[in-house]
Amino acid sequence: MKRLVPMLITAAGGFLLIVAYFIPYWQSWGEKATIWFDVLASIAFILGGGNLLKVHLKHVSDRSRGWGYSLVVLVSFLVTLAVGLGKVGVPPSPQFPAFAWSGPYGQPGGAFWFLYEYAFKPLTSTIFAMLAFYIASAAFRAFRAKNLHAFLLLGTAFIILLGRTFAGVLLTSWIDPSIWSGFQYFTGLRIEVLTVYIMSVFTTAGNRAIMIGIALGIVATSLRVLLGLDRSYLGKE
Amino acid sequence: MTSSQAKHRTIAALLSVFFVLGTVAAASAQVQPLPPTDLTATDHRWDDGTRIDLTWSLSADDATVESYIIRRRTTTEDRFTVVDLVPAGTSRYTVGGLNPSQSYLFQITAGAGTAASQPVESTTPITPTMEWFDGTRGWFLLTLLIFCGSVVAYIALARRGVTLTVRKIAGLEAVDEAVGRATEMGRSCLFVPGVQDMNELQTIAGLNVLARVAKTAAEYDARIEVPTSKSLVMTAARETVEASYLGAGRPDTYNADNIYYVTDEQFGYVAYLQGMMVRDKPAACFYMGSFFAESLILAETGNSIGAIQIAGTAQPAQLPFFVAACDYTLIGEEFFAASAYLSGQPDQLGSLKGQDIGKLIVGAGIVTGVMGITIAEITGWPWLASMVRFFTDTMLT
Amino acid sequence: MNVVEFLTHQWWLLVVVVLSVWPLFAQFRSLGTEKVLRTLDRRWIFLLMFWAVLLPIYYIGVTGDTFPEVPSVLSEATFDEIERLNEGDPVLLSFDFDPASGGELIPMATAFTRHVAEKKLKMYFMALWPVGPQMIDESIERVIRSDFPELVYGQDYVNLGFKSGNEGVIKVIVTNFRELYTTDSYGTAVEKIPMMEGIDNIQRMRLIINVSAGYAGTKEWVQYAVTPYPALRLVAGVTGVQAPLFYPYIPRQLHGMLGAIKGAAEYEKLVIDKYGGANPDPKYLEALRRMGPQLVAHLLIIGLIVVANVLYFAEKRRGATR
Repeated sequence: MKRLVPMLITAAGGFLLIVAYFIPYWQSWGEKATIWFDVLASIAFILGGGNLLKVHLKHVSDRSRGWGYSLVVLVSFLVTLAVGLGKVGVPPSPQFPAFAWSGPYGQPGGAFWFLYEYAFKPLTSTIFAMLAFYIASAAFRAFRAKNLHAFLLLGTAFIILLGRTFAGVLLTSWIDPSIWSGFQYFTGLRIEVLTVYIMSVFTTAGNRAIMIGIALGIVATSLRVLLGLDRSYLGKE
Repeated sequence: MTSSQAKHRTIAALLSVFFVLGTVAAASAQVQPLPPTDLTATDHRWDDGTRIDLTWSLSADDATVESYIIRRRTTTEDRFTVVDLVPAGTSRYTVGGLNPSQSYLFQITAGAGTAASQPVESTTPITPTMEWFDGTRGWFLLTLLIFCGSVVAYIALARRGVTLTVRKIAGLEAVDEAVGRATEMGRSCLFVPGVQDMNELQTIAGLNVLARVAKTAAEYDARIEVPTSKSLVMTAARETVEASYLGAGRPDTYNADNIYYVTDEQFGYVAYLQGMMVRDKPAACFYMGSFFAESLILAETGNSIGAIQIAGTAQPAQLPFFVAACDYTLIGEEFFAASAYLSGQPDQLGSLKGQDIGKLIVGAGIVTGVMGITIAEITGWPWLASMVRFFTDTMLT
Repeated sequence: MNVVEFLTHQWWLLVVVVLSVWPLFAQFRSLGTEKVLRTLDRRWIFLLMFWAVLLPIYYIGVTGDTFPEVPSVLSEATFDEIERLNEGDPVLLSFDFDPASGGELIPMATAFTRHVAEKKLKMYFMALWPVGPQMIDESIERVIRSDFPELVYGQDYVNLGFKSGNEGVIKVIVTNFRELYTTDSYGTAVEKIPMMEGIDNIQRMRLIINVSAGYAGTKEWVQYAVTPYPALRLVAGVTGVQAPLFYPYIPRQLHGMLGAIKGAAEYEKLVIDKYGGANPDPKYLEALRRMGPQLVAHLLIIGLIVVANVLYFAEKRRGATR
């Protein structure tokens, strides 16, 4: 019973929304369902926040390994929540100057904006920037020409890497019809042109093949879920 | 020459100049074409109430007309606005983007250079009507029925006992090995179900794989940790893992605190995972779900701690990172097939065969279309070109 | 200032670089190149990457030089889409990115804002990401308020802010803007904003400019705006990782695309050549300046791959001869 009701809701909701896609009077139901999900997900923030507090408070109280990081998480969470909800330091909106809380919480000058500008932005940019280091170490470790496929992959990678920079343009800048008219038949071999060709033909073809497979996988998985064949995500009976 | 004679000659010369200029101007000014006639507006059948079909009889001067200008206005507006220009020789047009709660009037003029004919207007306002079936999606419905039908047909065949062969997927065969390795080393397993919420099918597919991995972990008595990026995913993952432990006969070893929420913020989540991986050093890492930029960060960190890594995602942009850095990667549809594959149940495996039939149909369509348009270009057969265009512009849109 | 002069003036930097990698060279001498490379700590690679990015940034910062750029077909198509518009044409700019992708996308957003302002188009800013409005505010502050002070908020540009719902937002505003957008980002009712008059849906827009870092972004604009309403025109600036995914949509659904910082640099060059003047403000040169570190970093990666493969083949040959 515990699984049956969610399965019935899933099946009924899923098939109904598929049918609604073809019936103009019902076509907006899909958008409404998306908005309902957003409402659900927003309420679930409370669950998530509660769990966050519970897990990290436990780490701190148990003094388990890395408990200092948990303390930082707790302090950051509570301070950000307080300054955001309380609109600390936010000037009122020019349209409603008499109301202290009328300004948007992210207004420049406010405490929330300060945390966003000088903590959140640098931290997220830092983590993203680490990708540059990791791509270098992955390149050194993993890109070996072990077979023909790998060799072709590396050759293509060199062309793309060079084609995205001035060095590549310089390397093949001599293929210029103004130097020798015969070069007009070989301008396609200039690295920047080859790069666009590889990306728009070969990479596109490969991406399309993967995306077609993914689309069919989505159809099959969705049918398994809607028909109740695949129930693992629902939990126990 | 007397002064009066000179004056007369000047006037005559000026008049001649004006006459010539007037003649030239008259010759270059285009003649106003005759207007089209019989403008009729009818509701477009089987649509979502946003289209009106216009038909008209061509202007008598159609040979010299360059285009017909179509305009529309609602009954509350006072000016017509241009909808489109259609070439000469065209006598029908479908106006789209209309509002089914408003009534419209239409106007058409024939244009030739800077000259335009008298406008012809529809006399009766018309309201586009919404029907009970959107005919523009008819071909899509047929395609959907074919693909879904193949999946359902193979599920039915599998239930009847027909044996279906599914190729080995290395990443899924390695799940037991990975969990076993973690047990031997006395370290935990890390399962990351992606960064998107439960409304994303990849997350559901990831949780289906989590069910199998958790069952194996329960059987081997290995600890599995599932930090999540979304609260709803946390609750669903807890249900899933609890059911797996129950199914493995080890409900006593289930610990709900091993499945917890971290943060919705993508890079905050991956920063937590990185720190946790470096501190706790899980021996097996599973990345199953929807990932974005954090995929390489996770995979490289897992590599640095010497973990065995199995990844699966349907994000094409992240697949190369996982392929380069992980031991096994489930690419796109393999990831969606994972749950069915791991279950081994015949009807679920049947759905995989249905997927393959879908791929055959798509492949056949691509080959037919490409060959058709190539032959049409070479031979110049118009019927073949219009068939292919119908296939691409109508059936596949 | 050329490279030699730069190195002469900044000799201390050379010293720091050499000292930082000296232990690695010492290992090469004592243990042998092959052994060191086989067991190379990844932190040496991180250090090399650090210098590969920092040194060109510093050089460009001190000398002001940038590498020449040759705009590609896609960048030119993007530029031409905006150039063909007339003064007063409404344009929707959707900034769907966050600070993490700012390195690639902020230069694009800045260049787009500048180009649109120079053309005196009506700018309607919106965002599908929660932190998008901050990106919009920054562009407005950086470009419009500083270099186009004659433009008036509410008449020439408006910030409509963020609405949650991802592709759901697009599906609604493509037929009915005001069902979702009743106020702008600052709480002013849209009825009170002069440039919102007559804008009942985004089909009124002559062009949609999308700067996208992921989901929800360009793919959703293509799927839910341009595909069902082919009269809409869309150009996009996307991160490098996403760019290959959008080539299938060019040119029918996506009329121009800037991919990664290279695309941004090419577009900046086009905008500067047309509107820049002799000494363009450095904020309009950000992408061009970042091409320097990109070049050196790419050469480093190529070098690492070559070294790793030389090592691999040497080991393989030694294994075969044993």
